[in-house]
Formats: sequence, structure tokens, C-alpha cells
Amino acid sequence: MTEHVEWSDTEAPAPAASAAVTPADAADAARLVAFGLQPKLQPARDQEYTDLLRRYREEPAFARLADAVAAGLGLIVLEVSPRAGMAVTAAEDSVFAVRMGDYARRTAADSGDRFLHGLAHLAVAALAFPRPEDLADDSYIGRITVNGVDAFVRQACRRLEERAEERGENTDPATGTPGLEAAWRIWARRSATGATKDARRPAASTTGIVAKAAAFLTDSGFLQRTGDDHGGTYRTTARYQLQVRDLAGGAAMAELLELGVVPVTDGSASLLAAEDTEDLDLVADAGLPFHS
Amino acid sequence: MTSPASTDSVPPQLSAGPRPAPGPAADEGLARRLRALACTAPLHDLDARKANLAGEYSVYGMAEVALAAIDLVTLNMDFDTGADHEQIVARLAPRIAAQAPHRPAAEHERVARWVVENLINVGSVDRGFRAVYGTFAPDGTYVRRDYDFKLIEEVPGPGGTVYLRTTDEAVNVLVGALDTDVTSAQIAAEVKLEVLINRGRLADAQLAAEQARYRTVQYSETLRRALEATRRNVRAVDWLNAVPDMIAEALDHVADRYRHENAILTNIRKARDETEDPGNKRRAAELVDIVKDCIRRHTQLQSRLLEAGPLFRAEQDRQAFAPAAATSGTDLYGHLLAPALPLPLEGAVRVTDAFFANATGLRTPVSVRVGDLVDILLTPPVEREHLGAEMPEPDLIATPDDSRFSEEQLAVAMELLDLPADAPRRLSGLLTEARGQDPELPYLVALLAVHAASPAVGTAYRQGEQKLLFAVDDGTDLDDPEFGGADLIVGTALLDAAGMAADRTEAA
Repeated sequence: MTEHVEWSDTEAPAPAASAAVTPADAADAARLVAFGLQPKLQPARDQEYTDLLRRYREEPAFARLADAVAAGLGLIVLEVSPRAGMAVTAAEDSVFAVRMGDYARRTAADSGDRFLHGLAHLAVAALAFPRPEDLADDSYIGRITVNGVDAFVRQACRRLEERAEERGENTDPATGTPGLEAAWRIWARRSATGATKDARRPAASTTGIVAKAAAFLTDSGFLQRTGDDHGGTYRTTARYQLQVRDLAGGAAMAELLELGVVPVTDGSASLLAAEDTEDLDLVADAGLPFHS
Repeated sequence: MTSPASTDSVPPQLSAGPRPAPGPAADEGLARRLRALACTAPLHDLDARKANLAGEYSVYGMAEVALAAIDLVTLNMDFDTGADHEQIVARLAPRIAAQAPHRPAAEHERVARWVVENLINVGSVDRGFRAVYGTFAPDGTYVRRDYDFKLIEEVPGPGGTVYLRTTDEAVNVLVGALDTDVTSAQIAAEVKLEVLINRGRLADAQLAAEQARYRTVQYSETLRRALEATRRNVRAVDWLNAVPDMIAEALDHVADRYRHENAILTNIRKARDETEDPGNKRRAAELVDIVKDCIRRHTQLQSRLLEAGPLFRAEQDRQAFAPAAATSGTDLYGHLLAPALPLPLEGAVRVTDAFFANATGLRTPVSVRVGDLVDILLTPPVEREHLGAEMPEPDLIATPDDSRFSEEQLAVAMELLDLPADAPRRLSGLLTEARGQDPELPYLVALLAVHAASPAVGTAYRQGEQKLLFAVDDGTDLDDPEFGGADLIVGTALLDAAGMAADRTEAA
């Protein structure tokens, strides 16, 4: 998570480069950033986009100019490459940032709902990149299904429940202190789906919440919908991998450390979920690893 | 079986989390009983609330219907999916109809839906129930706690459908003593069943057989969960000892039960055929069905078990021998998700908020130009052509009716062949009767009878027909002036439409 652009970066070489920078260059740089603001746009599909990307990579002065434009708009440049395009994302207080309250209205009043929506995003990422290698490997494409994500979180919750039972702990929270309830119970308690009048899944069910997250990420250009099976199947894009690897993972980890939780693992994957669609197809409905 | 999974995937310091130590044993037992008691509350509640329904519903025993519903869902739960909502409603109907035979069927269905929906608790966000109970904390203070539970839950099925499953709580409400060692309880039930059958006490035997079936269902449910856990991570499960032992044990169990139940089946069949008392005969016949269902469930369990081994090995190969890449990424599950889940909500929400804020990307703010806005608001809505373009009148040419038989003749023939199920007839008699009505009719009757010699059983099964016309040749020659061949016996077979529907759903 590095902010590629700092004022010092652009200011130091500025006097030397300033002679070369024309308003036309500034317009081109801004144009490139504008392309970056359309996350679903494929660089390969647009000749002008491809040309500007090449120019960014070949002319350091132009690159610095584009970075400066992005920084001025409150954007963080994650990567500029032919595969991801001008991958920019919103800085924390930028006008482009997504606020939880705008994302789902109920979350403003109910911290349980707020958690469920956040956890859905975390779970989508965790299942899309099940191993650390998958997150590190640029060529990796993750695949998820909506029902699969829900089943996966439920399984994790069930393990915690079993462990609490083994220890004879009473996990029922004290009445009137919802903030002290163990977080996994919120997900476990919420129904997975439900029958509705118009055959859509209820928005407040966990599959409804995961589906909302997946649809939102698709709009952000982070996922691509590949099918309707098992509540919807999706695959990840290069941008999502960058976003999770360079930004989101670190930010959440920092928060966790601040809470005094230091997760220690041996560096290998603690979750070995199936990467290929075929296996995910199997899990999605029944949670069973095999079907006759 | 899944417990090893929990210990290695979670950092050790979490075990010293800020949870209250368990209270005194007596208090814990009291809490357990309070929770068990709470599970029955929704059932009592149904009877208390039926007075509030629009209409006169006090004749219905709602708690009884609710228990029957839980029963039905439990028994219709399969290894992979749950029970179908509509089917449960349909199967509840006879019991409800028996409670108030003079009420319309629509009302019976309404009661069934009301009960099932209340067991799911459709109105609440969580679709579950909450009860409050009190315990003493270790420091002696009195703490009120929320206990959340579900009785029937809705789970996603294949193709976006929704299925019903009963929860452990519901099963425990249903048969109080189920919370015991499944295997030993099952053996006890089998032995009891055998003894009861030998003594000819079929009513008790049926009860025992039903209990045995609940246990079978619970057993496969336990197994299903265990397999679900192992699929996520091969290393999370003790593949060296625990899993193979479990599979071997389960296979032994299935083989044993299969032998046992086949023996029981033979015994009851004998009882069914020999007994004189019609009540006992019927009960024995029901028992045969129950035991057959047990055997079917065992077979299903066994086929799953046999596939488990190869699957584990394939997963093991795939997961363990995958090339190790240079690791620098974050382990999202191990480092973030798993540690966040056991935190109290107020802490966990900070983690998920941070992730959300940084993982959702950007949205370009939408702004509207006033000029556009005015235009949009002032533009009258486009009138849509509701009916589309006018269709040209199709030019139809009447085709000559070249059918050999008229519709009326077919109707008469079908009426003639509409035989009562218990009284099949000879073809010769049918032909003579047909000839009396219309000289052409015997040909049609003969055609239909010959067609019925090979009845379309498969089609009737798929379409859920109530009855089926059939014809058999018993060797008698047909003595008729116009036709030759065998004098077929033509009859109607009644089909078990509900049973076939159930079979179809299970097979699907």
C-alpha cells in the first residue's frame, strides 16, 4: 500500500520537465486518469487508452504528470499496465470513495448489518484468493459463487461454535449489549435464504448480502459475472487482485493489530479451497464435496 | 470429527479471549434446560396466537400441526438437499383436514402455510427466534442472555430453489432423547424393534422403527457436515487416523444395519401376510415402508462413503503437490477472516469496515445538470403501443377430417374402458357391448385394448397420473366374428400419485 504519488516526487524534477509539459500533455494525462475512472473499460478494447498507457510507460515525464493529476483528484495509483489499465482507486476521503451508508441503508442504524456487509466483502476476497500465493501471483484468476461464499463463512462459524461448545463456553450474549456478541454468531444467526413472493432471494439474507457484494464489485470492474448457477458465478479481474493485495488486506490487518490481535501462521495457506470452477460448482448447493 | 480443524487454523492467543469462564455446573445445566424449554415456546405460541387470525381457527391444534411439520421436514431431508416447501404443505393437509373435516380445503392449506411460515418465523430479519434467560456469571452477578435459535431453516437448493431443513434444536424438541450417542442409540432401537416384532406388538414396533429412522437421518446429517468441513481444507481434518476410522466405522455401520433391516423386513412381511387382524396388517404394511425407507437411506449413505476416499486423495494431491510460488500475499482467511470472526462485534466491525472501505474501489459521483433535469422532467412519457403492430388475419384452409373415429366415438370407448380398479373385464365382453352401441366402436375398443397391453408406465409416472389402463394375455383365445387373437383381460391400475411425486423429487 504505497501512495505512488507524493508531492515531493513530482516537484523535484518539475523544473527540468516543465519546459516540455504543454497543456496538450496535461489534457492527455487527465484523459488517461479519466479512462482509469471507468474500471470496466478494457484497455485492449480502446486504441486511445492503449496509446496513452504506452506513453505512460515510455515517457517518465508524462507518467509523473498523470500521477499528479490522479493525486490531485484524491486517487491512488495502484498499477499502470496493459492488463489492468490505469488502475486507480479512491483515497480515503476522496469524492470517489464508497461510503457504507450509501452502499446499504440499514447499516447506518444496525452495526450487525454493517458487519455482515463488510464480512461479505472480506469473504468474497478470501474465497477468491484462498492461498497467499494466489494473491501474489499476477496471472491467478479467482472464481467464486454466491452460495459458495455463504457456505464457506457458515462453515467457519460452525467451527467456532463447535469449539466454544467443546470448551463449555456460553456464547449467548448478555441482553442489551449487542456489541459484545461474538461476531460469527451474527452471520450464523441470519438465515441463508428464504422464500419470497417474487422468487428473489431476500436482501437481508446472507446469500442476498453476498450477492449484493458480488454485484457491486462487478460494477467496480473487480469481478466479472460468468453464470447464474449457485446464486451467481464470478471470476476476478487483475484490478481486484491489486486492490485487495495492495490496499484492503493491509488496511484491515492494521485495524486487527490495533485491536491487539496478532495472527500468527506459518506463512502457508490456512484455507485450501478449490480454485477451479468445477469444485466450486460442487460446493455451492449442498456443501458436499461430491455429487452422484 | 471436525474438531482438529479448529485448533490449527486459529492463532493460539485467541483462546485466551475475553470470554466469561463457564459458571457453576448446576447453573450450566439449568441454562441448558432453559434453552431446551425455549425451543418449545414457538409451538405453544402458535396455539396462543391462532385466536388472532382472521377467521375461526380455534378448532385446529396448531402445536400438533407444527410437530407434524417438523416431523415431515426431518424425514424428507435428504443427504444433499432439504424438504420441498410445497410438498410439506401438501402432506400436512390430511392431518389438518382431519381436525376440521367440514372446512374448505383452501383453509386447510392456509393453516398449513401459516404454521410452516411461523416455524421459519418469516416476519423476522434473521428468520429465527430469540429467548432471554438468566445465568449467574462466575463473579456471582446475574446476567441476562439472548438465546437465538431456529426450528426450520431455509437453505438454497440447486437452481435457485429454496429448501427446508430442520435444525438440531428442532430435532431435539421433536424427540427429546436424541441428543445421545447416535450409534448406540440406534443399536438399542433396532434390538427393541426386533423384540417387539417377535412378540407381535406392531404398534410399539412402528414407533421404534420411526425412531430408528430419525437416528439414521441424524447420522447422515452429522456425516454431511463432517465432509463439508474436510472439503475446504484437507489438512484441517485428521486424514491419517480420524477420517479413515470414521469412514470405516460408518461403512461397518451401514453394512450391519442393512443386514439387520433386511432381516426385520422379512419378519414383518411374514407378520403382515400371516396376521388376521386388519389393523395389524395395515400397521405391518406401514412398517415395511418405513424399513424400506431406512434401507434406502443407508444405501445412499454408503454410496457417499465409498466416494469419499478417492475424493480425499484427489484433493490431497491437488492441494499438497501444487507448485509453491514465492509467497508474499496476505493469507486473507488465516490472517483476517478467521481472527476477526471470534472477536466481539464492535471490534470485528472495525476490521470489516476497514476492508470494505479499501476493497470496494471507486464510484464516480453522479451529478445532474439542471438543464438536463428540466428537460427530463418536462418530457412527457413515451406512449407505448400496448398491443404492438396489427397482426394480419391468417388465411386458414380447412383440412378434411380424415380420422377413422369421431371424437364422440372416442368418448364412448373411453367411457366403456373406464373400468373400476377392482373389476377387470374380458376383451370379448367389451367388444360385444361396444358392438351393441355402434358397429364401428369395436375396432376402436380393440385398438385401445391392444395399446394397453404395453401401457406407458414411464409417462404415467412422470405425469403423476392417478390410474392406468392395462391389458394382459392369460392364454384364452378370443372368440369373435370380427377379431382374432388373445382374449385380453383389460383393467385399470390405480397409481400412487403422491408416492410417485415423492419418488421423483428424491430421484431428482
